[in-house]
Amino acid sequence: MSQTTHDTHSPAAHGSHGGHDLQADLRKYMIVFGALIVGTIVTVLASYIHFGSTSINIAVALLIASVKVFLVGGYFMHLISEKKMIFAILGSTVFFVIGLMYLIIWSMEPTSHIHIPH
Amino acid sequence: MDIPYTVKEREDTGLYNAKLGIWLFLASEVMLFGALFSSYILLRVGASPGTWPHSILNVPLGTLNTIVLIVSSITVVMAWASLKMNKFGDWRKYQGITLLCALGFLGIKSYEYYDKFTHYEVITNDGKVFDGHLVMQDTEKVVLHPGNHRVITYAAEQLGYGPKPEAEHGHEVEKAPAAHEATPAHEATAAHGAEAVEEHVTIARSNIKRMQNYGPYHHAYLAIYFTLTGLHALHVIGGALVMAYFFGPGAKMWKSEPERFINRIEVSGLFWHFVDLVWIFLFPVLYLL
Repeated sequence: MSQTTHDTHSPAAHGSHGGHDLQADLRKYMIVFGALIVGTIVTVLASYIHFGSTSINIAVALLIASVKVFLVGGYFMHLISEKKMIFAILGSTVFFVIGLMYLIIWSMEPTSHIHIPH
Repeated sequence: MDIPYTVKEREDTGLYNAKLGIWLFLASEVMLFGALFSSYILLRVGASPGTWPHSILNVPLGTLNTIVLIVSSITVVMAWASLKMNKFGDWRKYQGITLLCALGFLGIKSYEYYDKFTHYEVITNDGKVFDGHLVMQDTEKVVLHPGNHRVITYAAEQLGYGPKPEAEHGHEVEKAPAAHEATPAHEATAAHGAEAVEEHVTIARSNIKRMQNYGPYHHAYLAIYFTLTGLHALHVIGGALVMAYFFGPGAKMWKSEPERFINRIEVSGLFWHFVDLVWIFLFPVLYLL
């Protein structure tokens, strides 16, 4: 399909992102894309290294995953520049998810700690 | 009557309707997957040492699928940015690539599922466990291809029954055993006697005590694996259907209400990025840890 233009009602002109900002954003997107690919490769390579205990291996993998989640959420989903309402929604969600995980760990009493078997 | 705030943002929230809606929906999705992840933690921690068969998945395929989803994430955001820059042709190109990535992801996942449903564990009457992919079966025999899997001889009491005195050795290995690494799932018991074979193993049906494929009923790990990845795949299918609609008949809105169309693309993109986020956690948890 041929490219369609709306010169008089250009979305770029009305949207919150001007053309110049978007060009800068595109560069950021490509950098984030590269970082995500590298992060994936590093995750796989790190899984073949034994860091002394399984817990450390798990921590390393989850740390890399968290960085990747930050990049996708922050830049691709634009969370680094979003409205307060969205942070309020996400904040309450994170609160309940952490509460859920805490309940799971708490339910493992009397050992009271997670032991990851080798 | 026109529905307000489908294009312009509400003054108090700073959001248009669909954006507020998708974020509320994604919040509920976080709770859904959070509950399943907590189930995973319980199962993982509760497993006896050496019995969590995490290494039975194909890491290269999982890595490839991760890269496919990451590529789809960049094309989704590029598609949205193309519309913002008034480049409808570019949007179609990126949207098309995203749809291809979705199909690629589902294709690879389907192959992985097929691999598990054709992967069998056979326990024979004389206390051997054969682990491999099904080559053929009929009423008389079952033929497995162990590949790099192992044939393990368990102590009879480990299997909960003793070998029958009259049990026949109704299985034959067509090639001499060769040295291989132990399958991690069986490391704890491998010391009781294990041999790896490279060619087909034929087992008489009369000698089979138990035979089961690697479906979700085979092990708690596979149960949570199929639950998590199955639910995730449903999200991929749902997201792909929505994007396919926008790619096809839904694209007409670009001519009549371009800004509303951009909002729709943004909202579908937010959902797709969430699908990517879930996989970013699923991949190391299920494939690598």
